[in-house]
Amino acid sequence: MPRNRDDNMKRFADLHLRVPLEDPSKAESMIQKASELGYNLVGIPLPPHHTREEISQLRHICSEAKVDFATRVNFSPRTPNELLQSLRRFRRKFEIVAVRCHTKDVARQAAKDRRVDILQFSVTNLRKRFFDEAEAELASQALSSLEIELAPILQLTSFSRVRLLSSLRREAATAERAKVPITLSSGATDEHFMRGPRDYAALTTLFDLPMSSALRALSETPWVTVERNRKKLSADYVAPGIHVVGRKTGD
Amino acid sequence: MALEVVNEQTLNEQTVMDAVQASVHRLFGEYGASKANLKLTKTLPEKRQFVIRCSHKALEQVRAAIASTTAINGKNATIQVLGVSGTLKALSKKTRNI
Repeated sequence: MPRNRDDNMKRFADLHLRVPLEDPSKAESMIQKASELGYNLVGIPLPPHHTREEISQLRHICSEAKVDFATRVNFSPRTPNELLQSLRRFRRKFEIVAVRCHTKDVARQAAKDRRVDILQFSVTNLRKRFFDEAEAELASQALSSLEIELAPILQLTSFSRVRLLSSLRREAATAERAKVPITLSSGATDEHFMRGPRDYAALTTLFDLPMSSALRALSETPWVTVERNRKKLSADYVAPGIHVVGRKTGD
Repeated sequence: MALEVVNEQTLNEQTVMDAVQASVHRLFGEYGASKANLKLTKTLPEKRQFVIRCSHKALEQVRAAIASTTAINGKNATIQVLGVSGTLKALSKKTRNI
């Protein structure tokens, strides 16, 4: 059947695999597991002042596991100005920029800034989830997507999970209405909380995200983000829609 | 649905089935569990693999419940879905080693 064939050809991505950088053997086993589960791309968060050795080590582990690697940075600014400063300093050093919004001002600034790829909100303090209609409207006009991490759904229990699912249901509906892309990622810090892409897609039924949207959030949306940023970071990029196709060497 | 249990303890099929049932019950309640219609079909305990059947209408709910299982008998465990199919024959083709 064409639908199944299409599903099988999907390239899945986990843009938030929180591997411990200080423990290379655990990092290796987590990346290996991501590959076994069917992911083709992993985004690994790095500290803003990372070393080249850290990157080359992760790149080596990922190439051994036959999985693509994207560098990611998570900002947790306290003020919009702090966010702007961080973006100015580090945007060109990472393929993915995610902003964890702790205040409404930061959330609004992050949503309208085209340098921000991913908007994240607290999973424990639900009062700090600022993804409402206004935030969605701003995000839909920029390039940012709403990130939903799925490991917390596995980690939380009873009433805290119920409240999180309730918030996610409201936010997913808002994002779908405003056509803000959703990115699903694991946010896993341990192999124990890693699941295959189709299992994560099934988990999204708990907050009423349609299966087609869930699969898109695990494949097309993260890949589009990473490929767009790779183009922008390449030496051939000039401006949106303009890039160098060839260089004439001197006579 | 072919499943593989990843953990460090030895488990029998009834323990795994109980864990899946409990997870469906926890997430979807008695009404959801009654619609899932879960049954154990085949076991390969040496490979920690199990085949269960469920209503195709409740497939995504059962899959979500299986994915949300993080412990069996109070110890860390993960249940992975190896494959899903409508018949045992197609499932064995899909997953090869079942």
